[in-house]
Amino acid sequence: MKQLLIVGGGTAGTMMANKLAPVLDDSEWHITLIDEHETHYYQPGFLFIPWGIYNKNDVIKPKRDFYPSGIDVIISPIEIIEPDENRVKLADGRVISYDLMIVATGSRINPGETEGMLGDKWHKNIFDFYTIEGATNLRNFIKYWEGGKLVVNVVEMPIKCPVAPLEFAFLADWYFTEQGIRDKVEIEYVTPLPGAFTKPIAAKFLGEFLTKKNIKLTSDFSAGRVDAENNKLYSWDEEAIDYDLLVTIPTNMGAEVIGRSGMGDDLNFIPTDHHTLQSKKWENVFVLGDATDLPSSKAGSVAHFEADVLFENIQRYIDGRPLKPAFDGHANCYIESGFGKGILIDFNYDVEPLPGKFPLPGVGPFSLLQETRMNHWGKMTFRWVYWNLLLKGAELPIEAQMTMAGKKRV
Amino acid sequence: MAEATLAGVTVERDDEGFFKNPDDWKEEMAPELAKEIGIDPLTEEHWKVIRFMREDYKVKGQVPSIRRMKNEGGISTKDLYNLFPKGPAKKAAYIAGLGKPHGCI
Repeated sequence: MKQLLIVGGGTAGTMMANKLAPVLDDSEWHITLIDEHETHYYQPGFLFIPWGIYNKNDVIKPKRDFYPSGIDVIISPIEIIEPDENRVKLADGRVISYDLMIVATGSRINPGETEGMLGDKWHKNIFDFYTIEGATNLRNFIKYWEGGKLVVNVVEMPIKCPVAPLEFAFLADWYFTEQGIRDKVEIEYVTPLPGAFTKPIAAKFLGEFLTKKNIKLTSDFSAGRVDAENNKLYSWDEEAIDYDLLVTIPTNMGAEVIGRSGMGDDLNFIPTDHHTLQSKKWENVFVLGDATDLPSSKAGSVAHFEADVLFENIQRYIDGRPLKPAFDGHANCYIESGFGKGILIDFNYDVEPLPGKFPLPGVGPFSLLQETRMNHWGKMTFRWVYWNLLLKGAELPIEAQMTMAGKKRV
Repeated sequence: MAEATLAGVTVERDDEGFFKNPDDWKEEMAPELAKEIGIDPLTEEHWKVIRFMREDYKVKGQVPSIRRMKNEGGISTKDLYNLFPKGPAKKAAYIAGLGKPHGCI
């Protein structure tokens, strides 16, 4: 009996287990999944918690509810992965050998990378919203805040869900308007990028949104340290930005076990073939989702499109066929823009976000790079889609590869 | 895309002045490249960064990140920003004749 090991039972690992379990020959292959946590978080929902739109219970379910039957699930931290030996050592000393491994260990924030961030003021007037603790503590702060200067800062790229900080700023504008204190809240968006977003057309479009919503954009700012005592954020060049409330998107890094196991780059992301998703170093190791070092977005939609490609490549690998270089960097992101509206972007490695209709060319119902109410409903409906279809590995009516149909070159 | 003559040799560079082919680069070209982006003179500290980048590029095939220069090259980020103000990764890669470091989405 051969062993297929999936390391990580988050969005990517769960989808993969659900896709592979029904198709692998169970007289030849056995699937084992390892994860250290019992709880699955709907991470896109964290964005809505600080505004009281969602609460904790809206984003939590047990991971076990989503694993397929017939696979072994081990809940345990991993001591080390030894890909040269084809084995994984668990924290309790157990050793799991594999013939084929899929690594889906994700990405997480590491506020400790920035001097002065983790201190007395952490989760007092400096918050993240990429963890359940950060999002709920921030909710408690915002609920009673009477105004002042809000700074939303991206410390460095890459980050998980690169549009989330923008959405946070848009929702702040909406929320404080609804609360009747928008005139008492100054909002500044501080980013290391040269504009609101990476790609020129979307950067211009989203930059105009910031202006329209009276949010100040400070670009090319590489955050070096926080002076929490004096409420100042400093760049490496010693420029200072004052804040009363700092919402940070700290440095994002891959899992520590990847670093310990010598499998990652300097941010613990795993060097991965951009198109086949095979590890660049070990041919029986594949990498999925945020754990890769691909120059694509780190997002659930990307993991979903990757999973379609990997599903095929795992079967090809098992059958001794050449891998298909089919992943194109496809990402699809709803951007909540406040006041019940949203923007949608769809892009890949080579094609930047363009205007148009999605998924049906000319029809929609969603509009690309435009603000509509329908896009907002797409975002809100996605939570249902995520729990009921996406995690379970069901087919969605969107191709893994990006299509130009319905898009307009501008 | 443009050709330029540096230290008596013709090299191909992209629109922003980054080298198309890092193998075209020679140490003699560095002071001239540095001057183009306002860094003059090149000190031994600058050279430590440039040499690390060249070496690392040879081994890894990509321009090292600021974090990698700290972890592997022992060059503190603070120093990097002092030596190459406003965007050390880009500026140092420019002088070292490497391609533009790709940003992430």
